[in-house]
Amino acid sequence: MNDMTPDREERSANLKGMGCSRKRVEDARFTQGKGNYVDDIKLPDMLHGDFVRSPYAHARVVSVNKEAALALPGVVAVLTAEDLAPLNLHWMPTLAGDKQMVLADGKVLFQGQEVAFVVASDRYVAADAVELVEVEYEELPVITDPFEALKSDVVLREDLEGQTEGAHGPRKHHNHIFTWEQGDEAGTNQVLDNAEVVAEETMYYHRTHPCPLETCGSVASMDKVNGKLTLWGTFQAPHVVRTVASLLSGIEEHNIRVVSPDIGGGFGNKVGVYPGYVCSIVASIVTGKPVKWVEDRMENLMSTAFARDYHMTGKISATKDGKITGLHCHVTADHGGFDACADPTKFPAGFMNICTGSYDIPVAYLAVDGVYTNKAPGGVSYRCSFRVTEAVYFIERMIEVLAIELDMDAAELRRINFIKKEQFPYTAALGWEYDSGDYHTAWDKALETVEYDALRKEQAERVEAFKRGETRKLMGVGLSFFTEIVGAGPVKNCDILGMGMFDSCEIRIHPTGSAIARLGTISQGQGHATTFAQILASEIGISADSITIEEGDTDTAPYGLGTYGSRSTPVAGAATAMAGRKIRAKAQMIAAYLLEVHDDDVEFDIDRFVVKGAPERFKTMKEIAYAAYNQAIPGIEPGLEAVSYYDPPNMTYPFGAYVCVMDIDVDTGVPEIRRFYALDDCGTRINPMIIEGQVHGGLTEALAVALGQEIAYDDLGNVKTGTLMDFFLPTAWEVPNYETDYTVTPSPHHPIGAKGVGESPHVGGVPCFSNAVQDAFRAFGLRHTNMPHDHWRIWQTANGLGLHD
Amino acid sequence: MIPAAFDYHRPKSMDEVIALLGEHGDDARVMAGGHSLIPMMKLRMAEVPHLIDLQDIENLAEITIEEGHISLGAMVTQHDLITHSKLALRAPILREAALQIADPQVRYMGTIGGNLANGDPGNDMPGVMQCLGARINLIGPDGARSVAARDYYEAAYMTDREDDEVLVSVDFQAPSGGYAYEKQKRKIGDYATAAAAVMITKSEGKIASASVAMTNLSDVPVWSEEAGAALVGTACDGAALEAAVAAMLGDIDPSEDNRGPVAFKRHVAGVILKRAITRAWGRA
Repeated sequence: MNDMTPDREERSANLKGMGCSRKRVEDARFTQGKGNYVDDIKLPDMLHGDFVRSPYAHARVVSVNKEAALALPGVVAVLTAEDLAPLNLHWMPTLAGDKQMVLADGKVLFQGQEVAFVVASDRYVAADAVELVEVEYEELPVITDPFEALKSDVVLREDLEGQTEGAHGPRKHHNHIFTWEQGDEAGTNQVLDNAEVVAEETMYYHRTHPCPLETCGSVASMDKVNGKLTLWGTFQAPHVVRTVASLLSGIEEHNIRVVSPDIGGGFGNKVGVYPGYVCSIVASIVTGKPVKWVEDRMENLMSTAFARDYHMTGKISATKDGKITGLHCHVTADHGGFDACADPTKFPAGFMNICTGSYDIPVAYLAVDGVYTNKAPGGVSYRCSFRVTEAVYFIERMIEVLAIELDMDAAELRRINFIKKEQFPYTAALGWEYDSGDYHTAWDKALETVEYDALRKEQAERVEAFKRGETRKLMGVGLSFFTEIVGAGPVKNCDILGMGMFDSCEIRIHPTGSAIARLGTISQGQGHATTFAQILASEIGISADSITIEEGDTDTAPYGLGTYGSRSTPVAGAATAMAGRKIRAKAQMIAAYLLEVHDDDVEFDIDRFVVKGAPERFKTMKEIAYAAYNQAIPGIEPGLEAVSYYDPPNMTYPFGAYVCVMDIDVDTGVPEIRRFYALDDCGTRINPMIIEGQVHGGLTEALAVALGQEIAYDDLGNVKTGTLMDFFLPTAWEVPNYETDYTVTPSPHHPIGAKGVGESPHVGGVPCFSNAVQDAFRAFGLRHTNMPHDHWRIWQTANGLGLHD
Repeated sequence: MIPAAFDYHRPKSMDEVIALLGEHGDDARVMAGGHSLIPMMKLRMAEVPHLIDLQDIENLAEITIEEGHISLGAMVTQHDLITHSKLALRAPILREAALQIADPQVRYMGTIGGNLANGDPGNDMPGVMQCLGARINLIGPDGARSVAARDYYEAAYMTDREDDEVLVSVDFQAPSGGYAYEKQKRKIGDYATAAAAVMITKSEGKIASASVAMTNLSDVPVWSEEAGAALVGTACDGAALEAAVAAMLGDIDPSEDNRGPVAFKRHVAGVILKRAITRAWGRA
């Protein structure tokens, strides 16, 4: 007989499944300083690598003299491109179909480029030796502006000279990389030409950087006895790194083990493959000893993947009463010295073609020109799906500009153009099929909560008071409504270096009823060990506390494409649910056997299978797990395991409605955020507490980008923002209290209806903060001013409008 | 961010410090809290073959307040300035200024001596000490001497201190009247875009005396004698504020950096000074 059991509600609570604000299981070690990051890895006889980097943004490398460095006691090797060339590793392929120098091959194309790799017995000796490597440079003309690059006779990429065809079609100029066109150009132009109202604007989404707290690094260990290479590193996609490492090195893939240990934030910075990884591998192969490379903060800001740097020109047309009729967008994309954007192969500008936003726009056209300059390569998706921050910023600024053109309220303009609930699934003018949405409900809830009409009234009164000289502070009401496209993605159109962007989960149920699940993703702070266990708990009826989640070791985890672009929950989360359902299907057969009824006569009930109509007859999942291992069941294999590789049928489309209320000191340019309200709809909510944490984090990075965070260059290509003194990383002091809210519109195609949330607040937050600043000056004639809105630029805007006169 | 090799010295007496400085000359630097020097060494912008740590020297961290005179040892931390209740009562501008320096972790280590000695125009305490009319006390092989804070700063990172001298303390008359330290910065941990230290005494409804110093608006802290003079005898009305700002603007010489262009800095300097004067006047 079965024991007395708790009631259903209690049993459900005990699972800590979906919808539960379960505390993060990772935090016990993180809050006690017991995490295990790459730089914590210390192996016997480990050597240390450090880079000699170019002080110039564009120069010929005339010679590299290693003698003095090699003479320093403790220095083991100094590698240059010449040393890597025989292995064909002096260049490496990029994710964007370009190639990139691992070490300077004759010239350098950006300040901070890797020129030589010093290997020494000690981290300090390595740093000393870097100073002793004598490099002779011959300076070349520097181009930091992509428009200038397209006019210049100076050839940045001499290795591509004469190549008129690139990875994404024809190249128009020797500094041009690609043109990517989407939509209906002729149709869009026709609509614009005949429109009642057209608003045009040019905007620059500045260059910034993801700047995770942990910088990039790797430890390579080549075991020459068994021929096995182990590589620990800050990898957001460890399996892809294994495949690339195998293709580059010629080492068979089964002899390479890639491990992502704890990762201290990624935000896109740790998707790509960097010269440091390659050099640590080569150095370990050459020396036969483990070699560690960890970049410092300045190197991270200066050389590993930047984000954004999009010059965008938009035209949006509408009827006189505000119904949008067409959208035209051109982007000049500054990719730096190499095209190392981290996008799915067929999308050289990522999903920029989501730039029609949340609006029912009948016709649209997008063209993106990628350009080489003397800046660091990158173009990663900093806390967003591929280029989605750019797209959402573009459309949310165009809406504001159109509202000004129409002399209309920007909230109302949004409302009358939203895609309606009944239009989903909705195919946008640039091709994407939005899975689900209920924008009007979210918008109304947001505006009601913040008492929007009262805010506008207060703002108008403030303008009058300002004009009367009673105050020097203006008030801005920032609005944004965003739709993301995340969860890349269907294998039919999304791949990274040819690897389809599915993801995976493998589950083993132990005889005593606990479990381990391994995934192809890797947490960088998202809390996967907490949330994926919750998905499984609800699917298989085993408490989340009894489920271990493991990621990041390619020897044990099933192949996956990693964590970025908010794809973990949409793809690996789906794989987890599907694998769980396989477990449940087998458990059902075992339960039916144990209960001596037909398979169809039992049903799943929270943590057990019960006989239909006789709930007192049941077998708990714990009992079923034990049975799977301890008795011979006719027709059923022993054990209880499952694996699922999930190829999503579509992307997911999270959305949200944000409002920011800001007071701006016109005389000092200092903005004060009075209120920030964020409503997110990420479909089914797995862990509300983690969602809230994600929203806080994403909004804080949005605040950073909108209000000051940039990678700035001078005319000589020197990085002006190379330390955290000048690169804005907000602390608790600069961050307001956020109000979070939600609606729930599940994804119809995702097994549990979840859409992903880690990046939404960043995508929606940047235009919201920016719109708040710009809205404050709308009454004084401002149409648009570029981010970042740091003090002096806000002051300059006020000054330009005559507000200091 | 890996410093070059250096020898670490931790002497027990000031005599030993002076001897080490004499022995190593230019190759030696003394360190108080280390929050400016160590980052500079890690960036390899400062080469210090011999680092002399002052933390074992006795009596360098004392705060004495006697007969209206205040003396602060070089090793007094910003945190000490904030938490010393008697000091907060007698010279509240120090607490107000120290609270605007970086964050608590930095303030636990950062010292008044280091802040004054480094000669970085971004440091806040030089301006405060100029405003207070403090004297900076040095010890060298030839004994002790003292220099007015207003005469101490020559250029960025260049001060009146000789290489073989150590800044041991700063002292000043306990101020009276109203005070303010007003600072605009981009974020916690940043140097000032513009900052102003103001002391004002009041007599019969008019400003009896005023002292004005500005931070990070030149390659040295700027004590603007004329700005103070412009206020004296006025009731701190709008015209007086404008006159003080105009005088101050004649004394500063900001340069463009990531905090903004010169025109912006000059404008903000004026706004900040007006706010500081107004607050000090309200407290006078």
